[in-house]
Amino acid sequence: MPECECQIRRRCNRERKMADRKLTGSEIIVKALVNEGVETVFGYPGGAVLPIYDAIFQQNQLKHVLVRQEGGAVHMAEGYARSTGKVGCVLVTSGPGATNAVTGLTDALMDSIPLVCLTGQVPTHLIGNDAFQEADTTGITRPCTKHNYLVKNIADLPRIMHEAFYVARSGRPGPVVIDLPKDIQMGTATYKNLSQVEHKTYQPRLKGDISEIEKAVAMIAAAKKPLFYCGGGVINSGLKASKQLDRLIKLTGAPVTLTLMGLGAYPGSDDQFIGMLGMHGTYEANLAMHDADLIVAVGSRFDDRVTGRLNAFSPNSKKIHIDIDPSSINKNVMVDLPIVGDVGVILDQMLRVWKAKKLTTNQRAIKAWWKRINEWRQRECLKYNQSGSVIKPQYAIERLYEATKGHDCYITTEVGQHQMWAAQYYKFDEPKRWMTSGGLGTMGYGLPSAIGVQVAHPGALVVDISGEASFLMNMQEMSTAVQYGAPVKVFITNNQYMGMVRQWQELMHGSRYSESYTDALPDLVKLAESCHWVGLRATKADEVDDVIQEMISIDRPVIADIWVDQKENCFPMIPSGAAHNEMLLGPDDDADQSGAEDGMVLV
Amino acid sequence: MVVDLTIERHTIAVLVDNEAGVLARVIGLFSGRGYNIESLTVAEIDSDDAISRITVVTSGTPQIIEQIKAQLERLVPVHRVIDLTADGANVERELALVKVVGKGNKRVEALRIADIFRARVIDSTNESFVFEISGATEKLNAFTDLMVPLGLVDVSRTGVVAIARGKSAL
Ligand SMILES: Cc1ncc(C[n+]2csc(CCOP(=O)(O)OP(=O)(O)O)c2C)c(N)n1
Ligand SMILES: [Mg+2]
Repeated sequence: MPECECQIRRRCNRERKMADRKLTGSEIIVKALVNEGVETVFGYPGGAVLPIYDAIFQQNQLKHVLVRQEGGAVHMAEGYARSTGKVGCVLVTSGPGATNAVTGLTDALMDSIPLVCLTGQVPTHLIGNDAFQEADTTGITRPCTKHNYLVKNIADLPRIMHEAFYVARSGRPGPVVIDLPKDIQMGTATYKNLSQVEHKTYQPRLKGDISEIEKAVAMIAAAKKPLFYCGGGVINSGLKASKQLDRLIKLTGAPVTLTLMGLGAYPGSDDQFIGMLGMHGTYEANLAMHDADLIVAVGSRFDDRVTGRLNAFSPNSKKIHIDIDPSSINKNVMVDLPIVGDVGVILDQMLRVWKAKKLTTNQRAIKAWWKRINEWRQRECLKYNQSGSVIKPQYAIERLYEATKGHDCYITTEVGQHQMWAAQYYKFDEPKRWMTSGGLGTMGYGLPSAIGVQVAHPGALVVDISGEASFLMNMQEMSTAVQYGAPVKVFITNNQYMGMVRQWQELMHGSRYSESYTDALPDLVKLAESCHWVGLRATKADEVDDVIQEMISIDRPVIADIWVDQKENCFPMIPSGAAHNEMLLGPDDDADQSGAEDGMVLV
Repeated sequence: MVVDLTIERHTIAVLVDNEAGVLARVIGLFSGRGYNIESLTVAEIDSDDAISRITVVTSGTPQIIEQIKAQLERLVPVHRVIDLTADGANVERELALVKVVGKGNKRVEALRIADIFRARVIDSTNESFVFEISGATEKLNAFTDLMVPLGLVDVSRTGVVAIARGKSAL
């Protein structure tokens, strides 16, 4: 039956009222999150965010994962973000909730992870009064966020909510904090979905300058010893960037090395990949870096772990640097040709120019370059000696790789030797499969990060390659994994030492192992059981495969406690302050004493 | 590439949204990354759009100066960063209020020097003057140096403001 005129009028009025209906701040927050595509927020309640928790209670579009400590929430959001490419979302209370989030925010800033972290704040009229659970959150987080906001006027709330997501994911991604006084959460305002809105001035440049791109491809075509040096920027740019990188590298026939953050940007099992570079990179990658005549840096930032001693870094090469962040260019290393823009877009532009100009590389020179590289490869710098029953940590990780490579598998790590062994022995063929704390080196990152990954990919196999000391730093999140049915696996290369600290003490402090041995470790198998996990243990080399198989087959969270050789060190190693060609290849190489002096002040 | 290690002094203008915390962001960037601030001034220049202009005088190697500009540009509320020193001719001015206390000959001498420097007297008592002087930083330095033996007791300076010569605008 058609509506009569008065019915139509009534319906229009009703609709207008709905549109104008004022929402509370908390409802606006939840609505904005949903409109930004957030499915899960990782958080922990408290007095200053109760209105937001109330709004979450009264809806069912947004899921909430209750962590056990706010630091865990931020790392979970990081794992979620890195494995999906989406913005991770965190919700914590004022004061201690916010300060507990600081490590994770700094971690996300260093590794360019897009996050939006909502923090509660005391009501605006109490700000500055040393009120209960008040902290100057925007002050504290200013240096550890890409940007932050304190919402003082509820009319600004919808814009700020959406702008925060735009800022977090645009350009070089990073964490954004929105500090939300309680009265703002409880006030009312109208809401308009602004999720398509950009920032009025913050508009990072995406396309590369075409004349620079032409120069770059000409330099690549002319090079005799080119090397692609690619980092996390390729992964952040998206899957397409990895595809384009793959094409360009196949077209040029050049070798490629990846940073710790870049693993997976190019297939790790491909022959043109010569391994990770830097402090614990491969012999061939570091020597190629040292000897190259052209370095093409793509989404990497010449970090000190990568360059070694700066004045000896790749002394004879021309350098092209492609990055979305102009402040990364010429920061540590002066380059010959900077190109600012999105890595994926620029690689695409380069491929087009390459094909249009029908360019080829100098085949004979490249062949000679590969011959050289293959000689270096024959040093087999990652070889280790698994004999007898004592488990070598490298063996454990290599076996883990062999057993899981066919799976839909994601790897996270903690920080230490196990992290470097994971980077060396686990081969990543796809981007977004590897989450590790690279820039900040945060012990305790791996377990919560793995839970975040598992929440995003419920059916996948998610393994945290862990050290026993790092694991203890955030093991409270075991309980979170159980509550949300996240069957993560924690694969611990247990050496009872803070192995990386022990290694530095051995090499640089006369083997005085000051406070690097963990006495009174918990029985990790019993610990697992008491937390409703499954605990497995391998103490001999021939038990490793069985434990790994069992771990994979159990559809619950598992700790695999692998007792490894306590004295094993991580090689190759470029000691701090040394150059790429001053690498230690094994226990028989001595750190050069003169260089070690200078290097000791470095970290 | 060869790295140039000469220290240069640059005057940089930064247009920013006049929002809470923006100055702290800029200052925090300088202190957090170990850059120099020789002077820094800030005031709103467009109240309709709430835009402020920060003028910062800094020094460093050419590589550091480039870093400073790139880091400033990365801040979300920053609209533009202009290196007035690198972009050609510019004029720089600073204003100072200088209090000199004294009697007799010293008082006369202070007035005479103020006249030479085109400083204005904006307050006086039997025993004191407050001079207002503007000009380049070096001129102000020279003036205050001369006033020390004549009874200088207090100085308040604005820091440098600067603008490019010619008809082009930011
Ligand atoms: C939060 C934090 N504190 C301290 C350190 C310094 N640190 C780096 S590695 C390491 C030891 C890690 O030990 P473990 O987790 O057992 O790993 P392993 O090196 O033995 O494989 C320490 C203490 C750090 N990276 N992070
Ligand atoms: Mg250990």
